[in-house]
Amino acid sequence: MHLCPGTPTPAHSTVTETHVITTTDLTKVYRSRGREVTALDGVDLHVREGEVYGVIGQSGAGKSSLIRCVNLLERPTSGTVTVAGQDLTALAGRGSRAGRELRQARSRIGMVFQHFNLLSSRTVQDNVELPLEILGKSGGERSRKALELLDLVGLADKAGAYPAQLSGGQKQRVGIARALAGDPKVLLSDEATSALDPETTRSILALLRDLNRQLGLTVLLITHEMDVVKSVCDSAALMENGRIVESGTVSELLATPGSELAAALFPLDGEASGEDRTVVDVTFQGESATQPVISQLARTYNIDISILGAAIDTVGGLQVGRMRIELPGRYEDNVVPIGFLREKGLQIDVPGRESVLVKEGAK
Amino acid sequence: MTWSEMQPLLEQACWDTLYMVGWSTLIAVVGGLPLGILLVLTDRGGLLQNVVANKVIGQIVNIARSLPFIILMVALMTFTRWITGTTIGREAAIVPLAVGAIPFFARLVETAVREVDHGLVEAVQAMGGNTWTIVRKVLVPESLPSLISSTTTTIVALIGYSAMAGTVGAGGLGDIAIRYGYQRFETGLMWITVAILAVVISLIQFAGDYAARSLHRRGAHSGPAPKLRLLKAAS
Ligand SMILES: Nc1ncnc2c1ncn2[C@@H]1O[C@H](COP(=O)(O)OP(=O)(O)O)[C@@H](O)[C@H]1O
Ligand SMILES: [Mg+2]
Repeated sequence: MHLCPGTPTPAHSTVTETHVITTTDLTKVYRSRGREVTALDGVDLHVREGEVYGVIGQSGAGKSSLIRCVNLLERPTSGTVTVAGQDLTALAGRGSRAGRELRQARSRIGMVFQHFNLLSSRTVQDNVELPLEILGKSGGERSRKALELLDLVGLADKAGAYPAQLSGGQKQRVGIARALAGDPKVLLSDEATSALDPETTRSILALLRDLNRQLGLTVLLITHEMDVVKSVCDSAALMENGRIVESGTVSELLATPGSELAAALFPLDGEASGEDRTVVDVTFQGESATQPVISQLARTYNIDISILGAAIDTVGGLQVGRMRIELPGRYEDNVVPIGFLREKGLQIDVPGRESVLVKEGAK
Repeated sequence: MTWSEMQPLLEQACWDTLYMVGWSTLIAVVGGLPLGILLVLTDRGGLLQNVVANKVIGQIVNIARSLPFIILMVALMTFTRWITGTTIGREAAIVPLAVGAIPFFARLVETAVREVDHGLVEAVQAMGGNTWTIVRKVLVPESLPSLISSTTTTIVALIGYSAMAGTVGAGGLGDIAIRYGYQRFETGLMWITVAILAVVISLIQFAGDYAARSLHRRGAHSGPAPKLRLLKAAS
């Protein structure tokens, strides 16, 4: 299971259609001193086996509550949580007084934390051995497994060090090794990179990505940083006020007109240069990226097109191009050319216009 | 009083003090550690939240802690006789000393255990650990430096209390100071006793601080001490 440089890493995660994490109409209401806070308000989440699923949202949106409900560190107020086919909400015991079955189920779900949560009184190796001690493994087996995992995360030489002697990135690697000790199918990550600098963030995300591809590990990660979603996620959900307002695979999201997530994943700048001009965002994916559509458009309708901004990027392992163009005339004058672009299989967003349409559609 | 007269007295007194403080510290730790941990666990939001139990334990601890030792000693006479069969002597003194020190130590334990980062508790819960695992593998080892400091504080307080135990004929250094120094004006003997006490307390404090610090050095809060780094670099 080593991530040796020799082993070729698959280009994509092997995602199956089986759902490993499912939440159904999950709600969580915190009651403290007579005040009620609804942290989760009917969340339906479906994480497929083998994918990296990102939940993004602003602070207070309910992301941590959601991930903590998945392993029942927090008992949901209502709704169900199913992990690897097992209904965890049916198992007895509140958060800390979890029954044996729930504790066993938890030991098969790895979790990494923003502040690493390593025991300062234990060496790196002993930290990784802790879950194995809880599982009742023998001393020999524990140290063999711990060293193997430390090797996997690239910290074989730090086995005897104490957490205080490590950098943030190294601590999180230990946290990841520890989370993998119970051979989990699922890894939960609550802002695992939020305490790290950008470069370390990249290396930790790359590690999660490799683990996902090499071990077929399903990763549910919580973040408030769009870059995290952009660099590792196969699917993503946007949370606002305890609800999931958008979700899907990255390519589905990019193909959704007016998707806030898509716009945020792939921001485009550029203002219209005048009143009677129409700004159009064009998103290319796969096949359509290769067709010379813009020049066809200019020739067919004999219009001048200015390009306000353009970028090509890799989102979730997918080549995507985006371009913001400006057409002469108001929106009403450009219905035909825009239709032409849509026909060519391009995704078209008209900034300022689309949101109106979406809102109307929602009524 | 000559030195040859003083020596056996002082030797006996040192042994008596060591005996009383040693046993009562042991009992205080054995009794106070679980009590202190229970105070944290049963508190609101704790792993074994039980507001009633928490209030009851907390109240008993507070009362026992605020009673002056001399009163506690008298108040406990019946209990002491029931346990040891007598109300005088070293063994009899251990009972009130231990009873007084248990709540004292328990409060210190409570403070130390509360300092442990809740994230660590959560991490072990997420691994499938139960409350007992959390106590053994997180709360106690992570607060060990503070627990050692608390033990030192308790020993020093017990040396102080043990001086008063002299009044029930338990002997010890405090007893010598009172009986010879105060009642018979043996100033020389008294000063020697004071010097011994000062040295003993300093040694205990030093040893306790050293142990706590060397454990804490590897802790996440302080980071490795510069000295440790130098040693590492040299080796
Ligand atoms: N233990 C708690 N008790 C009371 N309110 C809480 C608790 N945990 C979270 N909340 C509240 O629930 C809401 C969602 O919090 P959280 O899930 O931590 O959001 P996020 O992780 O997206 O920042 C916030 O309003 C927060 O104040
Ligand atoms: Mg959070």
